[in-house]
Amino acid sequence: MCLAVPGRIVEITDTGDVAFRVGKVDFGGIRKEISLAYTPEAEVGKYVLVHVGFAISVIDEEEAQRVFKILEEMGAVKEELGEIPQ
Amino acid sequence: MRFLSEYRDQKSAEQLAGAIRKKVTRSWTIMEICGGQTHTIVKSGLEDLLPREITLVHGPGCPVCVTPIELIDKAVAIAKRPDAILCSFGDMLRVPGSSRSLFDAKAEGADVRIVYSPLDALKVAKQNPEKQVVFFAVGFETTAPANAMAAWQADHDGVENLSLLVSHVLVPPAMEALLSSDNCVVQGFLAAGHVCTIMGFEEYFPIAQKHGVPIVVTGFEPLDILEGIFLTISQLEEGRHEVENQYARAVRREGNRPAQKTIAEVFEIVPRQWRGLGEIPASGFQLRGRFQKYDANLRFPFSGEPARESPECISGLILQGLKKPHECAAFAVKCTPENPLGAPMVSSEGACAAYYHYGRRQNHLVQPELSGSASR
Repeated sequence: MCLAVPGRIVEITDTGDVAFRVGKVDFGGIRKEISLAYTPEAEVGKYVLVHVGFAISVIDEEEAQRVFKILEEMGAVKEELGEIPQ
Repeated sequence: MRFLSEYRDQKSAEQLAGAIRKKVTRSWTIMEICGGQTHTIVKSGLEDLLPREITLVHGPGCPVCVTPIELIDKAVAIAKRPDAILCSFGDMLRVPGSSRSLFDAKAEGADVRIVYSPLDALKVAKQNPEKQVVFFAVGFETTAPANAMAAWQADHDGVENLSLLVSHVLVPPAMEALLSSDNCVVQGFLAAGHVCTIMGFEEYFPIAQKHGVPIVVTGFEPLDILEGIFLTISQLEEGRHEVENQYARAVRREGNRPAQKTIAEVFEIVPRQWRGLGEIPASGFQLRGRFQKYDANLRFPFSGEPARESPECISGLILQGLKKPHECAAFAVKCTPENPLGAPMVSSEGACAAYYHYGRRQNHLVQPELSGSASR
């Protein structure tokens, strides 16, 4: 039930009232109309996390890379220690 | 898909699992709160990557599983009214009530419709002004802003033939209840990422402090969960009990303020019954003030037969992490997704459904000696 899927905003319709702000969001080719009432900062081109028809968060693209940076560092340490990464 | 598939990379998962193996020196029991996380763990076989010292127990974070059977009975009774259209998320339809499910009611001719969003229920109400449209508003904090917005927009647009059968529950009081129970085995938590997307994670600081447990806000993909476990294990091994945020790409400390504002306008906090767990104080929402006119409980008074749970279903123990699905005598024998005895066998977030669909039971039956202990 708490499933939320990331998608890219391709279009925003501003209705004046933020409670009714909607956008078209692309989920890997499937496009749906999504409420942007709770993400007033959302812009076209940004990725949002969508749950039951509502964008609940704009994805922080820098934070999204963090785990891969940590893994890279782990790999680098392994090489320095002479371990062969699997 | 971006921000999804990269977190399913096998090599990175093995690397994280290796880092966990290096950290662990003794046995630890960690609970993932959310049923969505349970499904990733079981579907991706993450337990097989982890060292034997780590036991994962599956938490109560499945709204469908904890919705009281009385409310299922009530939804069925409303659906059977000739003037009613009952709208619901698809997950709720096959959940067994005392004598029948919403799906049974639909088969018997009731107008039961699956909707993707609560706003779809509002649309149905506008398109059918002569009907009473009732939305079965179940969910945790993640779904509350959407359900609140349906009531808010109905009020704004003057729609009177919509009502909400609310069964909204909150995660932190359930964690508090689990930790305060005498037989609690949990030493660390993976907190539910999307709940925290809405509410932030400040509520968890006092819980971590009071009970001395690490709480790591965690996402839903395999790499998220492995990193969440790594952070939790690191804290446990180092004797720390802090709140950390693994899922920073989606969760900010303060949460989603506009969503919280609408929730506070539409809902108030009340005690709630949890199926399998009993009543937990201040653990749910109901409609407040001017939005009470949308409360289906008030609009359709109900005095049905007393609710009756299957005596064979042990879902209460499963939701508390005290039993695993395959330890139930009815599992995959008398209880299957087609003929469920309890809600965890139905929901896409239910632990029993996850074990059934992804064959966890086979490991258990074929190689019980590998499981290490009775609780694995």
